Amino acid sequence: MIILGFLVLVAIFAPLIAPYDPTELLKTEKRRSPPCIHLLGCPADQVEHIFGIDGNSRDLFSRVVYGSRLSLQVGLVTMTFAILIGVIIGSISGFIGGWLDNLLMRIMDVLMAFPSLLLAIAIVSVLGTGLINALLAIGIVSIPRFARLVRSTVLSVKELEYVQASRALGASPMHILFKRVLPNAITPLIVQGTLGIATAILDAAALSFLGLGAEPPRPEWGLMLGEEKNSIFNAPHLVIFPGIAIMLTVLGFNLLGDGLRDALDPRLTRSGSS
Amino acid sequence: MGGVGLPTPPKTDYSERHIMPQFIGRRLLLLIPVMLGVVLVTFIIVRLIPGDPCVTMLGERATPAKCEAFLERYGLNDNIAVQFGRYLVNLAKGDFGNSIRFTRPVVDLIAERLPLTMELTMLAMLFSTVVGIFLGVISAIKRNTIIDTITMIIANIGVSMPVFWLGLLLAYFFALTLKGTPFALQPSGRFSAEMALIPLAEVWGLTNLKGIQKFVVELMSNTVLINCIFTGNWSIFWDSLKHLILPAVAVGTIPMSITARMTRSSLLEVMGLDYVRTARAKGLIERKVISKHAMRNAMIPIVTIIGIETGSLLSGAVLTETVFSLPGVGTALIGAILARDYPVIQGFTLVIAFIFVLVNLIVDLSYAYLDPRIRLE
Repeated sequence: MIILGFLVLVAIFAPLIAPYDPTELLKTEKRRSPPCIHLLGCPADQVEHIFGIDGNSRDLFSRVVYGSRLSLQVGLVTMTFAILIGVIIGSISGFIGGWLDNLLMRIMDVLMAFPSLLLAIAIVSVLGTGLINALLAIGIVSIPRFARLVRSTVLSVKELEYVQASRALGASPMHILFKRVLPNAITPLIVQGTLGIATAILDAAALSFLGLGAEPPRPEWGLMLGEEKNSIFNAPHLVIFPGIAIMLTVLGFNLLGDGLRDALDPRLTRSGSS
Repeated sequence: MGGVGLPTPPKTDYSERHIMPQFIGRRLLLLIPVMLGVVLVTFIIVRLIPGDPCVTMLGERATPAKCEAFLERYGLNDNIAVQFGRYLVNLAKGDFGNSIRFTRPVVDLIAERLPLTMELTMLAMLFSTVVGIFLGVISAIKRNTIIDTITMIIANIGVSMPVFWLGLLLAYFFALTLKGTPFALQPSGRFSAEMALIPLAEVWGLTNLKGIQKFVVELMSNTVLINCIFTGNWSIFWDSLKHLILPAVAVGTIPMSITARMTRSSLLEVMGLDYVRTARAKGLIERKVISKHAMRNAMIPIVTIIGIETGSLLSGAVLTETVFSLPGVGTALIGAILARDYPVIQGFTLVIAFIFVLVNLIVDLSYAYLDPRIRLE
């Protein structure tokens, strides 16, 4: 929570925290200069750059700070998309049943038969590279887990007495679905969604790292790593800082997800540690 | 248990001999629709590409005359169902089409690139399982001690690290920081430049190999570890293993962390059960209680996780290859995407999905072995 709170603050106040524009080229600075921090003995006549300068003479600290905005957006957008579609598919499947249920669940099985990142790569190869397409691809590959979760909740609840009672009272199927059935799915959805954000951020960083996601000069952490991966031996700071940012963000969402699971839904404690 | 889909009344025959083959048979039948679906998805993906298929496939070389010949040659003027049927038949014959960029069969590329990815995945799986279970068991035995806390912190951090970043850090540490020490490792390549593999077909004096035989021999020949065993070339064997250690650790870290967490929670749960207490009460030493009694039941969720994590291992291998410049499926796939070489994308995606599905089949079968109740469901 502390990590995430910090991250959200950084993202909101990015323009105040970052000393430079993330895409501004600092012509006076040498490319790939190491960090210069006055408190740690960097000569006072040099300009302070606490994470150093990147391969295009940009201030790395500003780029990492702005990257937090992008990563949070990536996580939230993909998961909102995946949960929305997942809830629709899962509800239809569980509520209506029959051949439609069978068809939808077989489609989900097939989607799950691909390693998720590889399917995302294949989808991006069709849609074309770029951040939006990468997000869409990650969203699509995350749908099955939510669809299955909602379906199983709907199935387990729909024959219970209070739902039957509601039906006997003449409630419309929509009312039953939204007021009686789906509220049961909210807790596991929140837990899975939080853990899903962590995976989505990792996958988005991976796609950008491979050059299939965000395009330069966007301050995306995965892209920063991809651009500078060959500088690891002569300018390691360019690789270390964006990586730490990704790791802390993902760690934050993972810990939050685990915490929510333990707090909200003790039944799930054993099953979903991925 | 009746046959699949037959309304015969269930016979209560609990003998191992009858149940296991039936379970395997049913599981294999379930595989058919999934495999067909996977093929359908890879088929559709290429057809969903916006624009003229001829232009996408031929690129700049597309002239109207060439396009007509292209559409005719690949049967793209036919009905879509006919096209899918033909695609299936070709796949069954082992024909994955031709790479546009390299103008050679995709199957040959698979035989060339797949071995490295499989070696990397296997080594990473070995690392993640052995280290993961070890850390999990230690953590569970020493519950609520400093060892437990440290192990779980490692696991939590491990699960949050991007594979490619860890790969870069490992390369930096082992190639630069430890340079000149015996622990230094090469940060790239499959084996040292001066070494070369002898093709197995040559060693065995096989010429004129065709179809599936050629594929299998090439696949084995390109799998460095297998090739070296057959040719007795131990220096390349060790060299190649040394080159694979860093990428394998990078790929295996996320699954290792998940396995460690799962082992810990699963073992802790089992250790609170009555039968473990009974085992202790009858005077067994703690090591035996854990290895013979607790672990056997704790293994079921652990095996599940290992199965699920195969997906992340395969994806991780694809990512890590780009970091360590290894000539595997990952680097080929990325190259193909950037060059819009669709038959290659299609072929590699299909092969990886097949492997993933097969591993999950093996995992399902191994539960049945570990937990007899599953066979009866």
